[in-house]
Amino acid sequence: MSASAATNPPARSGQEIRRIIIDKIGWVACGIGLLLVIAPLVDIVGVVAFHGASAFSLKLFTTVTNGTGGGLLNAIEGTFIITFGAMLIAVPIGVGAGIYLSEYGNNKLGSTIRFLSDVLTGTPSIVLGYFSYIVFIISLGWDFSVLAGAITIAILIVPYLARITELALRQVPTAMREAGFALGASEPTVVFKIILPGAASGVVTGTLLALAISVGETAPLIYTAGWSNYTWNGKLTHEPIGYLTYVIWTFIDQPFAESHALAYAAAFLVMLVVLAINIGVRLAIRRTKFV
Amino acid sequence: MKLRPFRLSLLGLSLLIPGALAAVVLFLLIYSGQAIGFNGLHFLYTINWNLGDLYDDPVQVGNVQVPSGANYGILVFIVGTLLSSFIAILIAVPLSMGAAICLAEALPAKIRPVLSMLVELVAVVPSVVFGLWGIAVLIPFIGDYLSPTGNGYGLLATSVVLALMITPIIATTLLDALLQVPKENRESAFALGATHFEVVTKAMMPMVRTTLIGGIVLALGRALGETMAVLMVSGGGINILPTSIFSPVSTIASFIVGQLDSAEADPTNMSIRALAEIALVLFIITLAVNSAAKLLTSGALNVRKRSH
Repeated sequence: MSASAATNPPARSGQEIRRIIIDKIGWVACGIGLLLVIAPLVDIVGVVAFHGASAFSLKLFTTVTNGTGGGLLNAIEGTFIITFGAMLIAVPIGVGAGIYLSEYGNNKLGSTIRFLSDVLTGTPSIVLGYFSYIVFIISLGWDFSVLAGAITIAILIVPYLARITELALRQVPTAMREAGFALGASEPTVVFKIILPGAASGVVTGTLLALAISVGETAPLIYTAGWSNYTWNGKLTHEPIGYLTYVIWTFIDQPFAESHALAYAAAFLVMLVVLAINIGVRLAIRRTKFV
Repeated sequence: MKLRPFRLSLLGLSLLIPGALAAVVLFLLIYSGQAIGFNGLHFLYTINWNLGDLYDDPVQVGNVQVPSGANYGILVFIVGTLLSSFIAILIAVPLSMGAAICLAEALPAKIRPVLSMLVELVAVVPSVVFGLWGIAVLIPFIGDYLSPTGNGYGLLATSVVLALMITPIIATTLLDALLQVPKENRESAFALGATHFEVVTKAMMPMVRTTLIGGIVLALGRALGETMAVLMVSGGGINILPTSIFSPVSTIASFIVGQLDSAEADPTNMSIRALAEIALVLFIITLAVNSAAKLLTSGALNVRKRSH
């Protein structure tokens, strides 16, 4: 911009001055736009970290919630169990589907699955939650339970896992597959010994991002996992379970400072996990294009 | 043909994805069947949502049992959903365009990765944390400085939170597209004596317009289905259409969550069926919007490839 100004004669016409002014105003407006997009994130992290960190104590990790306060032991444990269960269901399905789409999915069937997988990704999570509610809770009579919650979260993250796995596998050069087959390796050997190890970082990335999604979800769990003030007793069905995001949602609406502190502490923990995963993944794979 | 057990088992796994989607649609459809029959088209254009008298004996309407006085109309929630998402788009589009242009053109390439990562991170903040921030920061602000009634909960708060949540979708889509505009186009505009801002607005933006629209529609799809943040800041208006930007509203998604307790108290299960019908309506709306976005973005990608 300044280069053109230097070569211009000093006397500028009115039109030129107008154009330069518009140029400056335009850039200032764009800068304000960027600021307004990023500022809320900084403020959210700041507010949550400030209130959340000041609510931290040992008691938070050793006691369970009661009606208005207490600790977060049951919620932390519940989030961990639901997430673990969801990953247990979703990772084999998602990675398997990703392998199929990448290795054998270059046909009509493959693109149909891809399209429907995108439709599932775009489906609001509350719709999935309500589906699970009428199927698992009402029709199958499981009551609010770990299993219903984990299956719902699994349905939510499987399409992500499949697409990210597919993208990762596609980056493995075809020559490596051909080399494997030329040595007489069978299809499973090529996939598990050559392609998957070659794309391991991409698959791990997808799994971590799916983990971050399931830790932060709320809406599909309200209708499936319910809520419990107690730690898990090991039953998969007929026993509701607590989770961190529920604490954020309900305790902030209570009139007590103690409840608010607990909501912020829960938000702080959730943000810590979600941001750590997302920042870590982005720093690790800055140059590749999975995300 | 040779049977390939390995391929078939992988195919089986990947068919679970469309299977899950089909199950969602099918079960919502089957379960809401009675409600669809009972409600008819009234469902979509009446504004009165009334569970009826849950303690009185249910009445027989046609061949279904309904609580006496029950009426299910969701116009308020459809309006709330569309209106809040529309205002959110109005707020988000200029912000994210500014952000993307700034990132692509104004800032040195060294700090671009850091700032664009910050923009992407906005998208990963869980919905419920946005809601928490809305309650802690935004609602008091609107209540103290903007709202004539002093109540911050409502349409404006909902739209602002939604706008913040969708800006990264639009901004990153546009940023990717801007970075792919061929160098020749930029440079020829500069050579004609255009100011830098004119290069962006007159030479680059027209090339990425379709992608931008695709990104906006994608963001709209996300905003329509957003649940927790909306539930926490919307004020939960029921049975009344919003009259100003400070009116309490409900969206389809937030209403479904809000109704859980009262629906469970219905002995005839009709309100649970009606909620399934709402979920179906939400699914259809987001499906239509997301398909439109897909058509737009994939079409735009083709154009861009040809221009290289």
